[in-house]
Amino acid sequence: MSTSTQTIEQLASREYKYGFVTDVEQDAVPRGLTEDIVRLISAKKQEPAWLLDWRLKAYRTWLTMTEPTWGNVRYGPIDYQRIIYYAAPKKRPALQSLDEVDPEIRRTFEKLGIPLDEQKLLSGVAVDAVFDSASVATTFKDKLAELGIIFCSFSEAVQNHPELVRRYLGTVVPYSDNFFATLNSAVFSDGSFAYIPKGVRCPMELSTYFRINAKETGQFERTLIVAEEGASVSYLEGCTAPMRDENQLHAAVVELVALDNATIKYSTVQNWYPGDKDGKGGIYNFVTKRGKCLGVNSKITWTQVETGSAITWKYPGCVLMGDNSVGEFYSVATTNNWQQADTGTKMIHLGKNTKSTIVSKGISAGHGQNTYRGLVKIAKGARGARNYSQCDSLLIGDQCGAHTFPYLDIKNSTARVEHEASTSKIGEDQIFYCRQRGISTEDAVNLIVSGFCKEVFRQLPMEFAVEAQKLLSVTLEGSVG
Amino acid sequence: MLRVRQLHAGVSGREILRGIDLSIDAGEVHAIMGPNGSGKSTLARVLAGHPEVQVTGGEVLFEGQDLLVMDPESRARAGLFMAFQYPVEIPGVNNAYFLKTALNAIRTQRGLETLDALEFMDLVRQRMAELDIDEALLNRPVNEGFSGGEKKRNEIFQMAVLEPRLAILDETDSGLDIDALKIVAHGVNAMRRADRAFLLVTHYQRLLNYVVPDQVHVLADGRIVRSGGKELAFELEEKGYGWLETPVAG
Repeated sequence: MSTSTQTIEQLASREYKYGFVTDVEQDAVPRGLTEDIVRLISAKKQEPAWLLDWRLKAYRTWLTMTEPTWGNVRYGPIDYQRIIYYAAPKKRPALQSLDEVDPEIRRTFEKLGIPLDEQKLLSGVAVDAVFDSASVATTFKDKLAELGIIFCSFSEAVQNHPELVRRYLGTVVPYSDNFFATLNSAVFSDGSFAYIPKGVRCPMELSTYFRINAKETGQFERTLIVAEEGASVSYLEGCTAPMRDENQLHAAVVELVALDNATIKYSTVQNWYPGDKDGKGGIYNFVTKRGKCLGVNSKITWTQVETGSAITWKYPGCVLMGDNSVGEFYSVATTNNWQQADTGTKMIHLGKNTKSTIVSKGISAGHGQNTYRGLVKIAKGARGARNYSQCDSLLIGDQCGAHTFPYLDIKNSTARVEHEASTSKIGEDQIFYCRQRGISTEDAVNLIVSGFCKEVFRQLPMEFAVEAQKLLSVTLEGSVG
Repeated sequence: MLRVRQLHAGVSGREILRGIDLSIDAGEVHAIMGPNGSGKSTLARVLAGHPEVQVTGGEVLFEGQDLLVMDPESRARAGLFMAFQYPVEIPGVNNAYFLKTALNAIRTQRGLETLDALEFMDLVRQRMAELDIDEALLNRPVNEGFSGGEKKRNEIFQMAVLEPRLAILDETDSGLDIDALKIVAHGVNAMRRADRAFLLVTHYQRLLNYVVPDQVHVLADGRIVRSGGKELAFELEEKGYGWLETPVAG
């Protein structure tokens, strides 16, 4: 026993791997949020008047809203006037090649293991890197452009494709949607935009790496992906953040639109700083992600592996409007030490014969609290709608908690809805069994956890699945004692 | 191979083993018999390094190494295998993957190359054929939903793949029907070798009809009260454990 406790202590005392700070000159606006700040952000980004108006409507709505308290998460009050709402690296010339990128920034990417260079071309991944709030470099645009695919930062899309942004912005997550999405609508700084034209299958995985860097700068990304008729795209989002003592707010919005026969697959690996082992610091992650299956036979799949953040509050959902459309949600959420997660999905069935699948795997260790919260809504007109939900919880140790809140709202008698749930615990006897076969405690936990998450990992693109598995083992280091 | 001297051990402060002396040489099969509560399973568990069992005195040498300072995985990698009385279910973890992880951990320790998936499957298929074990077992999660007999057979199968120096079978025969018992016995017999030893912990003499031990020890109240040849097992079967209640000195 004593030897295993020792190893566990060593493992637990390892520092957050990605905790470092990059020293780049920042161009930041003053602290706090006022109408002037919203105007300033919009002006800095040289936005058209309609977008400023939209931001201002959001800001005024936000003033009338109160922070939601229904989540099964506890945290101190957030002072919205102490946050800096916009920061961009100061030197930002138009770049012809990656050599022109600030060497300091490039070193950061290297530390993160993100080779933002020709290697990416070989591995078939185009990266639109959001460094804090402004895009530093966008690659492979040319190759994608040949197919008519637009993949760029949100700001560029506003400049170069305003008609597309205007047509779809806020059509899935309106500016008045909820407290955090509304805040984002007022102050969003940048994010990604992807547009896949009719009949085009995007030949590579699109990926964006987000990184919170500027001290006390909340990030407010906004992502919009539109897949036209018969188009398909797979989008990857991966995140790491440097070590901080103060809590940082992150309130992103992602909107997906799938037209007739279109397919969008959106995969996330989230590894923001979770706070230290005493629960100090860490990211507050309040995200609104939603996809609209607007067309017939369209399909949207959300896959998420949430291992980071002190608080995770997100419910990637699908609005199934088109007949025969399909929504899927595959999730692994891990909480260790003092992390709290309240996550799940919303499947709104409006069209006929719409189908949704929910597979949620929650892992709690340390003092972590993990909540699944999911809504399945079948509207009156949704004849023949079907849903299958499976929510499994895995507990490691006896200080953590798992909670499940499924909401069902069925208005059509032809609907078929199934819900399965289970809770299990990694037992000392399982660990001992593995160790007796020569497998170390750490590997035993990884083995058991990977087995538990298999159905979700299977949904991830290969290289992401490997990364996710590694992240999970880092997150759970020292959780068994 | 195994030298146990004056081993004292207990669980939650209660002494269960009160001075065990036991010597097993390579190539031998020893049986430990005894009534319920005599400490048989505790002996098996303390040798495997179960964290719930605390050693309070004595010494155990395994191939000349001090076994008691080693953690359970180091003991396993050094060649000590225990077939569990109640094999644990590990949902979601594929049996083949589990065994490959274990085998490669052990091979690494022994300075051998790790096996890739194909080499591993070759080895495994061979062992399955030898032991008459259904291949379907491989793709199921470790012990999940297995019948009692399947679990015990899976333990023997793991033993055959991991090729230990010393295999401890903790009441592997209990709860088995005669066919399953024969498979277990066949597995042990097939694996008997000059450089391998077995310690069979059992309540009944039944298994010993199929696996003939070199020595039989009778455990009562935490001590070995009788040691002898295979005929001791028959004597026990005939007379029960009652006649041993007064330990005989020596």
